[in-house]
Amino acid sequence: MDVADDAIRCDACPVLCYIKPGRTGSCDRYANADGQLVRLDPHVLLERAVSRGETLVPFLEKAAREWDGNLLGGEDTFVTAIGAGTTYPDYKPAPFIISSEVAGVDMVTVVTEGIFSYCGVKLKIDTDRHLGAECSTVRAQGEAVGHVTTNEYGSQMLSLGGVRHLTGGSRHEGTATCDALLNLCNGNQVELRIDGGATIIVQADKAPIIDGVREERMRVGCGSATIGMFAKQWFGKVDEVVVVDDHITGVLSEHQAGKLLGVSETGIKMKGRRSTPGRYFRVAEPGTSWGGTNIDDPLSILGDFDREVARPGLRLLMVSTTGEHYAYFELDDALHPAERELPTALQESVARIRENCEPALCTVLFMGGAGGSLRAGVTENPVKLTHSVRDALTRVTCGGAPTYVWPGGGITIMADVSRMPINAFGYVPTPALVAPIEFSLKLSDYQALGGYMDHVQPLNSIQRAEKSRRRLGARLDNPWPLASESGGK
Amino acid sequence: MKERAQICLLPDGRRLHLHDGPIDIILEAFGDPREIEVAYRAVAARFATVLDELCSELAFLRQPACVDGPQPSGSVARRMTAAVLPYAHLTFITPMAAVAGAVAEEVLEAMTTTAELSRAYVNNGGDIAFHLTKTERFVIGMVEDPGRSSIFGTTTIHCDNPIRGVATSGWRGRSFSLGIADAVTVLSDTAAAADAAATIIANAVDLPAHPAVRRVPACELAADSDLAGRLVTQSVGELTPKEIHDALEAGITVAQSLKQSGLIRTAALTLRQATRVVGSQVSLESSKTPTPYRGMVHA
Repeated sequence: MDVADDAIRCDACPVLCYIKPGRTGSCDRYANADGQLVRLDPHVLLERAVSRGETLVPFLEKAAREWDGNLLGGEDTFVTAIGAGTTYPDYKPAPFIISSEVAGVDMVTVVTEGIFSYCGVKLKIDTDRHLGAECSTVRAQGEAVGHVTTNEYGSQMLSLGGVRHLTGGSRHEGTATCDALLNLCNGNQVELRIDGGATIIVQADKAPIIDGVREERMRVGCGSATIGMFAKQWFGKVDEVVVVDDHITGVLSEHQAGKLLGVSETGIKMKGRRSTPGRYFRVAEPGTSWGGTNIDDPLSILGDFDREVARPGLRLLMVSTTGEHYAYFELDDALHPAERELPTALQESVARIRENCEPALCTVLFMGGAGGSLRAGVTENPVKLTHSVRDALTRVTCGGAPTYVWPGGGITIMADVSRMPINAFGYVPTPALVAPIEFSLKLSDYQALGGYMDHVQPLNSIQRAEKSRRRLGARLDNPWPLASESGGK
Repeated sequence: MKERAQICLLPDGRRLHLHDGPIDIILEAFGDPREIEVAYRAVAARFATVLDELCSELAFLRQPACVDGPQPSGSVARRMTAAVLPYAHLTFITPMAAVAGAVAEEVLEAMTTTAELSRAYVNNGGDIAFHLTKTERFVIGMVEDPGRSSIFGTTTIHCDNPIRGVATSGWRGRSFSLGIADAVTVLSDTAAAADAAATIIANAVDLPAHPAVRRVPACELAADSDLAGRLVTQSVGELTPKEIHDALEAGITVAQSLKQSGLIRTAALTLRQATRVVGSQVSLESSKTPTPYRGMVHA
């Protein structure tokens, strides 16, 4: 391999491609990854013994030490399904059924890449901005790929994919859905457009970009919760605080928190619908400005102050739930709020709100149903695998990452894609997503559920076939898939 | 460690898989088993040096073709040059535009000149050369996106039809395209001719300077690309039905003139869900009623 500028010369064949960083050669099999010539389609093994402090370090094949059976013993190597191949057309035993000894117990891991027609991602977008009405269609490349679902605390949830978009619509809808899912699951950026709402750019474990603006932080809480959290810090420094929030706007003097502290009435009149004292719904329309509303002028959500109660010089702080927007007013002689500079004593509380807002992220959970014919690659009596998973005798992992198995029928799993090795997902033109899935259980339990005992191979039989394997350091924040208790090391 | 020229029988025991660097071929011969064995042995002998021969003239083959210019010496390289020469005075084209089809033809010829076969095909990454005798025929499925194998149309080639080559080009494929076609599939008398024509027609399916089309100089993606600084398509955003129609129309015009000059027999042009056909031969399976995908496989 010969290096010129940032491109590298691949010497895997006589075409001798110059490959730019991040690109592949003409064969699509070799690539330039940060100046290193890498083969793209290896089978991934996770190694627990190596990699300290760093996650997912490619293990250099050329620099590999002499194989040492102790160091790479069964306890510390886990064979993932990434690049393993599939069981299609399903009655074949899984490509790898690996036995290893862990803490004196014979374990087996059934390793396969599942072809998921029934799958999708649940996307959590940390924002209070209005992305679109619930049930609105979410589009990628102009095609419907999912919908807006619930608004959770500080986050908007989207549901993308699912069998109806993948296989139930037009061909282009299916391929656009598959593309969007594949990119999200492999940690790439995807642009989504929500009908009647925002255009967003999302990527696992990165801040969302909403209508071109990067979301910096989550709100500290709803408006009412913010009043509760900071009431004591405001007491005595300001007469009235309004925390503007699209969901529940809080008003200090009327809120239970203010009452308990003895905050006097201020004569403030809020627009919107009063819920309980000091808590208002719908003070404005949803939007991407103050506290997830559409207002740029905070005074637009106030009516005239009550002349019987209010007095000139009354101090009013208005702040959004992220501390991103704030304004300070004092009532003039006509009892109209006049904007003034934020006093030093209050700057601290606004900064405190900001400080309490966590960085806004997009998180991507892959969700798929492994309760179908894939099970036939594990056992000849598929329902026994389902029961074994349900009874927690079999642990399910995706590329070594932990999964949540939904209660109820089937094997419906969710996994955080950012805890898997990169590019763990593939696709088939059906279209469907190809996701790694591993089932780990005691060898004796495997035998009891009717496993393919004659296909069980010892771990070291595949460790020796180095050529097409790739070793990665296991992520320290993932529980070790073969550990008897969760919690990793 | 170099992994050169892998030649092996696929698990079905019938098809041969050839792999060397960027060349990836699946072929199959039909006829008397002894003849098939002779044919496969001939392929193995011929294939072993194909990539080395091409690479020895690679610099020349990456230069624009020129009618009165020097000719390459290798037989695959000569097929490539001959296939692109009809276009040399009209537009920029290098012999590389026909490399896949030319390799397929060369490998096919190694079989048909040594063995008596009823029929045979050599599929070099979607560019196919085939051989037919007597009453034999091939049914060929077509895809709209070289990255996905979803069949949208089929064509049947009988022995008395002169077509012996099929090629597909589009911006989604492994090679770069100057146009925005998802796929242009061409049927011609030879695979190299089909390959060159598919490239030319796919380049013509275009909306010049359209803001939704992202283009990047080829050399920024692959430092040694024969397309040098030419802008190649990297993504195509949303297009209106009229824009899709206009882009396809531009390709149709070129395809019709190639058909009149006898360079192609049939071409099927696909952009988004729209497919247009020049010439006969192709029956579109889903042009009228788009059949929803049936999941062949379920987890």
